[in-house]
Amino acid sequence: MTTFLLVVVVLPIAAVVWKSTGNGWSGFWEVVSSPQAVAALKLSVITATLAVLTTAVFGTIIAWVLVRDSFAGKSLVNAIIDLPFALPTIVAGLVIMALYGPRTPLDVTIGSFHFDADITFTRTAIYVALLFVTLPFVVRTVQPVLIELDRELEDAARSLGASGFTTFRRIVLPAILPGVLSGVAMAFARAIGEIGAIVLIAGNLPFKTEAASIHLFYRIEQDPEGASAVAVVLLAISFGVLLGIGAVRWHVTRHERG
Amino acid sequence: MGRYGLRVVALGYLTLILIAPLAMMVWRTAEDLDGAWAAITAPDTIAAFELTLKVTTIAVVVNTVFGIICALLIVRGNVPGRGFLNAFVDLPLSLSPVIVGLALITLYGANGWLGWFQRHGHEIVFATPSIVLATIFVTLPFVVREVVPTLREIGTEQEQAAHTLGASGWQAFWRITLPSIRWAVVYGVVLTAARAIGEYGAVALVSGNIAGETQTATLRVEDAYQFSYGNYAPAYGIAFVLAATAILVLVAMLVLQPKGARH
Repeated sequence: MTTFLLVVVVLPIAAVVWKSTGNGWSGFWEVVSSPQAVAALKLSVITATLAVLTTAVFGTIIAWVLVRDSFAGKSLVNAIIDLPFALPTIVAGLVIMALYGPRTPLDVTIGSFHFDADITFTRTAIYVALLFVTLPFVVRTVQPVLIELDRELEDAARSLGASGFTTFRRIVLPAILPGVLSGVAMAFARAIGEIGAIVLIAGNLPFKTEAASIHLFYRIEQDPEGASAVAVVLLAISFGVLLGIGAVRWHVTRHERG
Repeated sequence: MGRYGLRVVALGYLTLILIAPLAMMVWRTAEDLDGAWAAITAPDTIAAFELTLKVTTIAVVVNTVFGIICALLIVRGNVPGRGFLNAFVDLPLSLSPVIVGLALITLYGANGWLGWFQRHGHEIVFATPSIVLATIFVTLPFVVREVVPTLREIGTEQEQAAHTLGASGWQAFWRITLPSIRWAVVYGVVLTAARAIGEYGAVALVSGNIAGETQTATLRVEDAYQFSYGNYAPAYGIAFVLAATAILVLVAMLVLQPKGARH
């Protein structure tokens, strides 16, 4: 079994790391410091970070509403949260384009007033597509924690005179923070490498809307060593962030126990 | 912000990001039903769905067998490499699909470490085998992740009882272990199938993308979009079939989830 995992997962990754140094360290550095590669990596890091922070805030609110609120159709809302997990990413891109693309009901002209929500071929399109694919991550890690959370603690804080916000900050937030962080870590890893959801709507213009994954995609045929070098940097960023968030999470849970 | 305020924020966000775009996509498909239908029933589209079905079936079978054995090793095994298994089995979830594709090309391409096959007429890269390999790679963790917690929960008492009564290891597995983890396995299979059907990035790189031969359903959607010339009905039509499949997956998850939780 270990051998199976080694051959199927570890060996291909090792091959990429090996290939990335095919032109020596100077070749590696030349590629990853080239303006186009840097622009693509920067775009991916920034859009993924913004999207994941948005997902963290709204995901927590959605989880809260799904656990504590009650309204007609709640179970249906709960069910569709997982849709971005189940939907092929290429379809996700088309779904975003259906509403935020050209010739939609959100393209309105009334007299001299003109509004068009067409975001295709902009960086905003990448951000919105990433919001779509990362939506379930934080909701699904925070929801179980909120269900288990003892409401007596909150009632006690309230009866001792704490405001709603203080109760949230001092009681609820510390409890759900590890869940939020796990969700954020998974969402970031997903967002930084995303290709299917953005390939059709980003336009993929170098220096402008070319994300790291797409830069890699186009680079592979002519320059496999260069593509491997960019892939190694992308991997390093992804694992660095995962480790960083893991460390914060460890610190938070330890603090909680202490 | 009171209860209603939060409800409005949550539902408003969901509407903007998920519900309204989805409704609009259905509307777009319905606008030109004939065009959508023609695209769905085109021979190349049918071939693409057949290929996706074939690849998904192989990935599900391989990863179910691997997943169950791997979960048993992680929970019960006393073999070296157990920590390694546990640490690396989730790896595909945090890798970009493009990197997965690049890795397979680098390893199995004509100049790769395992380039022997490619050089001797057994095409792997830019042919069906690499589509299968890529799909197995990206769906590797799903069955394992579902089965591990269930195995931990059920413990070993019943199996030990079976052994005491003279059952062989194999009998204990078939009669005791497998029935108790079956819902977790089925749930993992549903997730595996959903991801396998929907995989785009890794497959786009390694498949060769030849219509009617090595073009999967998701690649077919991209193709229909790229050659749309302003008429998006074909792309939306094929995408709609995939979206309908995803909704079936969601329903299956809903039906299975409580059963999984009970065990």
